[in-house]
Amino acid sequence: MSSVLPVATETAPRRNPAWRKLLRWEVLLALVVLADFLFNARISKYFLDPWTLSDASFNFTERAIVALPMALLIIAGEIDISVGSTMALCSVVMGEVAAAGHGTPLVVLTGIVIGFLAGCFNAVLVTFFRVPSIVATIGTLSLYRGIAYAIVGDGVLKAYKPNFAYFGQGYVVGPISFELVLFGGLAILFAVLLHGTIIGRRIFAIGANPIASRVAGIRVDQYKFWIFATLGLFAGLASVLLTSRLGSTRPSIAMGWELDIITMVILGGISIDGGQGSIMGVVLAALLIGLVTFGLSLLNVPGIVLSIVTGGLLIAVVALSSVLGYSGRRRSR
Amino acid sequence: MRETHSARVGLGTRIGRLPHVVGLGLLTLLLLAAVSFAFPPFLEVDNVKSLLDDTALLIMLAVGEMFVLLTRSVDLSVAANAALTGMVVALFNAAHPGAGMLPVIVIAIVMGAVLGAFNGILVWKLRIPSIVVTLGTLSAYRGLVYIVSGGAWVNSGQMSPMFLGLVRVPILGVSVLSWIGFLVAVAAFLFLRFSVSGRNLYAAGNNPNAAAYAGIDVGRMQFLAFVLSGAIAGLAGYLWVARFAVAYTDVASGFELQVIAACVIGGVSITGGVGGVVGVVLGGLFLGIIKNALPVVGISPFWQMAVSGLVITVAVVLNAGARRHEGRRILEESEAGA
Amino acid sequence: MTAPILTMTGVTKHFAGVRALVKGELTLYPGEVTALIGENGAGKSTLVKILTGVHHADEGSITLGGEVVRIPSADAANRLGISAIHQEAVVFDDLSVAENIFITERPRRHGMVDWAEMRRQTSKLLAELDPRIDPAMPMRQLSVAQKHLVQIARALSHEARVVIMDEPTAALSHREVAELFTIVHRLKAEGRAILFISHKFDEVFEIADRYAVFRDGAAVGQGLVSDVGRDELITLMVGRSVDQVFPKAVVPIGEELFRVEGLSRGREFADVSFGLRRGEILGVYGLVGAGRSEVMQTIFGLNRADAGTVTLEGRKLVIRSPEDAIDQGLGFVPEDRQISGGILRFSINDNIALPSLSRLAGFGFTRRGEERKLADEYVSQLQIKTSGIAQRLEELSGGNQQKVVIAKWLATHPRVLIMDEPTKGIDVGAKTAVYRLMGEMVAQGLGIIMVTSELPEALGMADRVLVMRRGRVAALFDRVEATAEAIVRAATDA
Repeated sequence: MSSVLPVATETAPRRNPAWRKLLRWEVLLALVVLADFLFNARISKYFLDPWTLSDASFNFTERAIVALPMALLIIAGEIDISVGSTMALCSVVMGEVAAAGHGTPLVVLTGIVIGFLAGCFNAVLVTFFRVPSIVATIGTLSLYRGIAYAIVGDGVLKAYKPNFAYFGQGYVVGPISFELVLFGGLAILFAVLLHGTIIGRRIFAIGANPIASRVAGIRVDQYKFWIFATLGLFAGLASVLLTSRLGSTRPSIAMGWELDIITMVILGGISIDGGQGSIMGVVLAALLIGLVTFGLSLLNVPGIVLSIVTGGLLIAVVALSSVLGYSGRRRSR
Repeated sequence: MRETHSARVGLGTRIGRLPHVVGLGLLTLLLLAAVSFAFPPFLEVDNVKSLLDDTALLIMLAVGEMFVLLTRSVDLSVAANAALTGMVVALFNAAHPGAGMLPVIVIAIVMGAVLGAFNGILVWKLRIPSIVVTLGTLSAYRGLVYIVSGGAWVNSGQMSPMFLGLVRVPILGVSVLSWIGFLVAVAAFLFLRFSVSGRNLYAAGNNPNAAAYAGIDVGRMQFLAFVLSGAIAGLAGYLWVARFAVAYTDVASGFELQVIAACVIGGVSITGGVGGVVGVVLGGLFLGIIKNALPVVGISPFWQMAVSGLVITVAVVLNAGARRHEGRRILEESEAGA
Repeated sequence: MTAPILTMTGVTKHFAGVRALVKGELTLYPGEVTALIGENGAGKSTLVKILTGVHHADEGSITLGGEVVRIPSADAANRLGISAIHQEAVVFDDLSVAENIFITERPRRHGMVDWAEMRRQTSKLLAELDPRIDPAMPMRQLSVAQKHLVQIARALSHEARVVIMDEPTAALSHREVAELFTIVHRLKAEGRAILFISHKFDEVFEIADRYAVFRDGAAVGQGLVSDVGRDELITLMVGRSVDQVFPKAVVPIGEELFRVEGLSRGREFADVSFGLRRGEILGVYGLVGAGRSEVMQTIFGLNRADAGTVTLEGRKLVIRSPEDAIDQGLGFVPEDRQISGGILRFSINDNIALPSLSRLAGFGFTRRGEERKLADEYVSQLQIKTSGIAQRLEELSGGNQQKVVIAKWLATHPRVLIMDEPTKGIDVGAKTAVYRLMGEMVAQGLGIIMVTSELPEALGMADRVLVMRRGRVAALFDRVEATAEAIVRAATDA
């Protein structure tokens, strides 16, 4: 498989000046986050109020919770665009279970299990039937959302028990919400998993070179299967949070979230080609999107306009990284 | 290893390009026959017309998408592009109802092409993966629709009769909209078959290394594909708004996925260089027939998305199955060659 | 003597500070075949890429037909009448044969591609080469030899004055080589200049009129083939004598360590049996496409076998995946180092640790310190030239990359190491280092299975040579009875 690229015959000189290390992706992101934080603080004197900040966090925690396993999946070289639909399916099934009079524990469990199963189905399509993941999940995106519509039509499900509200509306201590604590805990968990364990290292290896990984004894398909399944499970979890926060379920819930979530991951410095990125970057990107969104809403900018900002931000930072010559952002899908 | 690399082998390519298209064509016919046999009203003139109008838009956009897929890229922004362009021409028409249709169509195509070129230039010059670029522009273009319209709807009352009527004019019993869809497909077919640029799109996606050896600039071909896809999306944007007589922010929201699905069902390889207009047209018709048949068959509209989702999923699995594991044939091959 | 058609003088090319070609000289004459000889990394492919407009020389000039020319693009090369037949068959698998031939200048009528004309011209071109090839066939359906013929047809269609053939015979059977040479003679008779790149000296002496030898990016000699002997050419090429290249260590061969019995898989290979003894290097020779790599991949669990058994030290192995193979004492250095061998974007450290991660970890957590210790150990033991173990694999030279790949397998403490083309694409010095390393490994009681397409390597390094042909074992030679002629005869259809 020799390529047409030149093969250098001697050791290439090392180019890694110190300033480039300073310009690490995460550092750049952190600076932008800080700048936006100051900007927000300037435009509104209420921004620095703990409760305002707490409100701001609801803008991103649910998406960010799905972004964590999505980061793993993209690092492993795959993608899942069905997560928004998975959330809708979970929410609808939870709504039906609640409507049947079951209590909160069963409702929550159902949501998470349905998400897990939806993830497993994607995994089977990709690892067993060898459908490219983007194609497979385009199919299940319609399928899962379609089932959600088929179950409730244009109805609303809201027979949730009062204690169900805690997940999306509850606070652990003072203004610190359950969602935020959960996200924080999960982010640490994922950071340790990805950067500190064999599993994480193997995920990077799979994304950087699936063939060499397989030769090195890594069960590539098994890993991919479980990442898809985990992602589904987390979509179910996020669905619990979102449904609880909204207090009701419509089949159009979480529409288009897959794009927000993937944007978050890529903005966080995870290479779409796989094999590169950090959880820290994803957390910062989630913070950034949350802050920008909240800042704009302080300026009374309508929600849809935010999508320009998100989309523009994504292109701008990736273009910037390409111009500055960050490695790992190469052509191909 | 070699095997992994040769995994991208289509059913079509193994036995020649034809069979996939033929199989899909037969399947589509079978579907049509089954539906019309069980439910004769499906073949009523009005229903067929509406089917053609619906699929014309899908087919146009899918043809544009195919250009991009052929070069190993993907364009997720086609529907957002159509919505933005559709909104702009609707606003233009509302502001200058007397300007006639020529400027409307020119604006639609040029603006669509420019939006496509923006995607293309980022892919070509900055080498950003197309999925990232168009994920960004998908959101950005959609947001721009809101900005240019101020969030308001442009409804039929604000559009000139000509703007609305043009797409509905029947020629030989079929609407202009359907004819345009047909003509775009024919033009794309001729372009891909008989023009050097069209052939080079295939070459660039089929083997970028070999293309470089043959003096074909792969990035430029990707740019060209995005411009074409954008231009078609722009035109489709006008047609969409005129057909449904309303322009608003969420026009064709999420439609890009159906577009890609039509391509994949039509045998276009997501990894580039394989596919054709005939397949894409059949893929579009196949999806269109299912979508239009469901209400006729009496399936609740709420079930339609689930059914088409199921169909898409099954179709991509079948396609992938056909593509799977060619397996090396050393024993047989060399014995035959000896 | 006729005037040369093409002259390259003082052509120099650097890649990111690395000199690939230094003052390259080359002269080609019409109606003559010039053999371009050199080890991998000698600058041959850089030279070819400059001639075909893929790369641009930093310095030097090219004269074609008496005029100084510039070759800024592949297109320009075609227009100048320079055409190349690439070793790896750089073709478009899903396009038709006809279009592959006319990819740069499809016949047109009224601005539209004229398919009928294209097919007609293709039929005409192919009629003389291989009438069995249908112009409308997708390229994918052709054999390797046929793909070469299509590329030759491409050169003919350009009215090429200079035809470059980059190892055209690597994957061909004896009969196919003979057919190819008939065509080469025809090209000569038509007054074209041919640059023939080959590692096989028999072929050079059979077909070439002139030779040009490159070593380490520089031209080290040229002249008439009739004036030179085989040993002279080899010495020119490697810059040292043969036994220095192959430092075959004397290692006592022990009892049988490993055995493969009746291994079969689909249409890839059938009934493959062989044994490997402790301290032995078993060479596995065959043409490209004989099924050697497929056998090794199956032994290592990358593919499932249909039948057959694998035993190690008398114990039957159950291998369903590479993980099983590694656990049971096998290692595998694959052929394509950059694709299946190592992870280019990973550091040396991470590459070496990858198959040993679980052994190095504590309760599933990676232990950086242990990994670094391991990597340091092997970097110094294998004398890997690097600025440090944190350096990325892609920044190393081919030879050092290969050493890293070998190191990562040694770190798993294998009993049997399978090496598929262990010295492919690395320079002579690194080759010798790899051979030494192999000697040290077998001295420690390892068994090595070495798949190779290079006859000198098989002859120079192997204790026994297993020859495969068309997916079956064709012959097994002891070191003493292994001759080039015997091996080649067994490997080809003759």
